[in-house]
Amino acid sequence: MRFVEEYRDPVAARQYVEAIERAVTRPWTLMEICGGQTHSIVKYGIDELLPKGVTLVHGPGCPVCVTPLELIDKALQIAAHPNVIFCSFGDMLRVPGSAGDLFSVKANGGDVRIVYSPSNAVKIAAQNPDKQVVFFAVGFETTAPANAMSVYQAKQMGLTNYSILVSHVLVPPAMEVILGSPDNRVQGFLAAGHVCTVMGFEEYEPLAKKYKVPIVVTGFEPLDLLQGIYMCVSQLEEGRYEVENQYARAVRREGNRVAQELVGKVFRVVHRKWRGIGEIPRSGLGLAAEFDEFDAETRFGVSGYTAEEDPECISGLVMQGARKPEDCTAYGKRCTPDHPLGAPMVSSEGACAAYYRYRRLREPELVSEERE
Amino acid sequence: MAEAKSFQLQCPVPRNDGEHVQLAHGGGGRRMHELLEGLLLPSFNSEQLLERHDGATLQIGGTRLAFTTDSYVVKPLFFPGGDIGTLAVNGTVNDLAMCGARPLYLSSAFILEEGFPMESLRRVVESMRITAAESQVQLVTGDTKVVDKGKGDGIFVNTAGIGVVEHSLRISPASVRVGDVVLLSGDVGRHGVAIMATREGLSFETAIDSDCAPLWEPVAALLQAGVEIHCLRDLTRGGLSSGLIEIAETANVRISIDELSVPVREDVGGACEILGLDPLYLANEGRFIAIVPEHDSARALDILSRHTVSSGAVRIGQVSDKPQGMVTMRSRLGTERILDMLSGEQLPRIC
Repeated sequence: MRFVEEYRDPVAARQYVEAIERAVTRPWTLMEICGGQTHSIVKYGIDELLPKGVTLVHGPGCPVCVTPLELIDKALQIAAHPNVIFCSFGDMLRVPGSAGDLFSVKANGGDVRIVYSPSNAVKIAAQNPDKQVVFFAVGFETTAPANAMSVYQAKQMGLTNYSILVSHVLVPPAMEVILGSPDNRVQGFLAAGHVCTVMGFEEYEPLAKKYKVPIVVTGFEPLDLLQGIYMCVSQLEEGRYEVENQYARAVRREGNRVAQELVGKVFRVVHRKWRGIGEIPRSGLGLAAEFDEFDAETRFGVSGYTAEEDPECISGLVMQGARKPEDCTAYGKRCTPDHPLGAPMVSSEGACAAYYRYRRLREPELVSEERE
Repeated sequence: MAEAKSFQLQCPVPRNDGEHVQLAHGGGGRRMHELLEGLLLPSFNSEQLLERHDGATLQIGGTRLAFTTDSYVVKPLFFPGGDIGTLAVNGTVNDLAMCGARPLYLSSAFILEEGFPMESLRRVVESMRITAAESQVQLVTGDTKVVDKGKGDGIFVNTAGIGVVEHSLRISPASVRVGDVVLLSGDVGRHGVAIMATREGLSFETAIDSDCAPLWEPVAALLQAGVEIHCLRDLTRGGLSSGLIEIAETANVRISIDELSVPVREDVGGACEILGLDPLYLANEGRFIAIVPEHDSARALDILSRHTVSSGAVRIGQVSDKPQGMVTMRSRLGTERILDMLSGEQLPRIC
């Protein structure tokens, strides 16, 4: 497959690994921000190819994982409404709320539909004027433009039966929380390539400067990741802390201005609660005043609802890179993708799910055989 | 680990307690496995069910028969490369073939929804007629029920089939031995992508047709040549990965495969990249794996490659002993990882 296979080439991968080996003189801990990167790393075993001192820890960039419990509960309440068609990306259907998930609402007769794009939800709203159609607008900056566009279109079309349940989150404030923590061990970041295709990377420059930490905008294929790691450790070894762009085939410094303008028009920056982490000031997006009629929380009267999450839940620590999934006593035992205790075990981008799917139950003989 | 124990895990526990049937229970993954192991197998406890094979092999007098059944609830009903009728015949014919049985007779039962267009029904029936003729099986009995509008999804089809076993091999996961070779009959993922693309209204430069096809011919050729077949499995729901995992778990062996040896057509791979799907888990309707002893593997591969439906046959891996019940894959970068059974169907990702 052209433009994909090239970035999975074993020979080039080997060369990058050797380059990293040559560059590294000390141990370094890097964090990949995005759950998509985590899955690629674990799927291809990239962390196992790296020299011993280079540690990758997994970041908070899994939209499913950081969506707060109370928002899942709100989604369940709205989706169970008899007059509602509840549309969502597939990932969100298995995420546990306080009582069940969207799949169980569907099993109990709720009209829950998987869509590939919020514009499909708008289409469904236009086709079903007697129903309320709600789209579950979760995700980072990557999905924000499409979600904004759906609201913008609905307004233009005069649709009064479309609304979105918003839980958008932003990457830079989460990075600042990690960097500001007294326990922080992250020395360099692989920033999320897809987020940066929308936002560019100007906003990371003050972070790199303030915390003296290199940030490399990185893609998702094995060679992207290896090159990103190489660039990051090279900066660390040379004592530099700059924002560099590995993913130049998709990302420009200024990002996608048109998308940013649309997001700026439809949304406004708000304080947002992150599952397992807590509230982070100015870390999310909510609907702007001009579009607040499309807010499902107001429309269905669920805005006051809150659900308590335990502040000690280890998923928060996993998502901040403080712990690995395997450090959890429930991992692979009481907590599996079929019976998840926390969201990182559910999502296709969750760190726990990545470990479970690709390297669960590594029996001694399997591991030793590989090292021979 | 001592440190990790100080964390109290109090995440909310989801209510997947089995009180309601969920779609995942039919998805060919771990959830369906649980339903089989937890309810169906213990309730209908029989020697044949314990074989966990695509059909049952029965000794009746001096004759060994294979018996199987399958229901078809596909949406869309018509898709590139086939429709629910071709699936209903080929699916059951293939389940018989996977028992090493020559398919002979089929039953067919229709559950129709009031208001279903007669023209569509004619198309489905015509497909079934043509497909049955191709495999030289006869439809000899059947049933028709109509349910109220809104109580069905247009048309559901069930077929059952009987075939005759004309050899003395025990083709079953239980016959798989350490050292055996795993052969795959061709590229994977085409049916899954054809269905998904039609369902989601996606179009590609060239249409991706389902691989739906009858598989008896290559199996018959292997048997005729005296290849010592240990196990056969068609790679329907859950795809190549689930098929391999089921065999590894039942046979208590490890199966190791090589990522680069598994053929995936370029357009199928591209569609999977767009949709965030893994072709190794996508359904196929004309693909199977054959597990044979090393000494027969080259000959088996040669025989398979001479038949159209299995002309792209390749060797993808080998059976070893430990860790038991596990499938591992050597990635293109040379690292090793496990292949895990999915919970239900693959879910499209957020971004």
